[in-house]
Amino acid sequence: MMEACDEPDCAATLQELDVFLDEELSEAAHQSIAHHLDACPDCLSAFDFHAELKQVISVKLQNDEMPAGLLSRIERCFATDFDGDGVIG
Amino acid sequence: MADQADFADEAMQYAPQLYSAAMRMTRNRADAEDLVQEAYLKGFRSFHTFNEGTNLRAWLFRILTNTYINKYRKKQRSFDESDLGDIEDLYLYKRMGTFEDPTIGRSAEESLMTMLPDDEVKQALENLPENFRMPVILADVQGFAYKEIAEILEIPIGTVMSRLHRGRKQMQKALHDYAIERGLRRPEPDTTSDTQPVAHAGDEKGPR
Repeated sequence: MMEACDEPDCAATLQELDVFLDEELSEAAHQSIAHHLDACPDCLSAFDFHAELKQVISVKLQNDEMPAGLLSRIERCFATDFDGDGVIG
Repeated sequence: MADQADFADEAMQYAPQLYSAAMRMTRNRADAEDLVQEAYLKGFRSFHTFNEGTNLRAWLFRILTNTYINKYRKKQRSFDESDLGDIEDLYLYKRMGTFEDPTIGRSAEESLMTMLPDDEVKQALENLPENFRMPVILADVQGFAYKEIAEILEIPIGTVMSRLHRGRKQMQKALHDYAIERGLRRPEPDTTSDTQPVAHAGDEKGPR
């Protein structure tokens, strides 16, 4: 089992891992975490892992191939439903 | 006020993203196609209410999400925060992080991209209860900001954050479980609990 670091600074840093990687921290808070990561290889390792995981998940969850014909079927609706009565065709 | 004649030109570029999100929501191709088509048709009809200059992608996702929730969602009791159990933070990292012994974790060279099969990542997400699945789809698949997700799902930002956090941890646990099933690594000897790690004598302590 890998140990994450357990210093108080590290605990506070890891607490913000999600929000940091989502780029939702304030500028000051973001800088403060980045500063800690510069000096702490253990936290940096955990952050790198999660940054990679986030990227992998994003790629693998949107590699669906759109069915052939879906786009043209949708666009046909636009041409035939100008009366907006909810009926296709 | 947006002109309906411009709708196709402006909106159709988002179709692949909407389709992927619809696949993750409905979990099957036929419903995903119907959902995307219906969302586009609704968008087309109400395009005059879209404020030009605001975020068209977010607007379309809001329509997609509402359409899914109102029409396709199976009746199920809604899960609350406690239903996912208490999974520790850094769940996957602590188990697969950077150990170089290939029987325990990944090697230094092996990327998560090759370690985690597409199907297992999709399965891990699709098995999340819907309350948790929707924020994860919007954040991690579509890259929406917390504020946009809060507006799309009509829930407070704090709820978006806590559901994301819990949903992601649940996914990590599922990915770990799948990896063990595949025999990628040995299960831990711990059999008392699958959510709480047991401290083993001789475990390294503190920063490596």
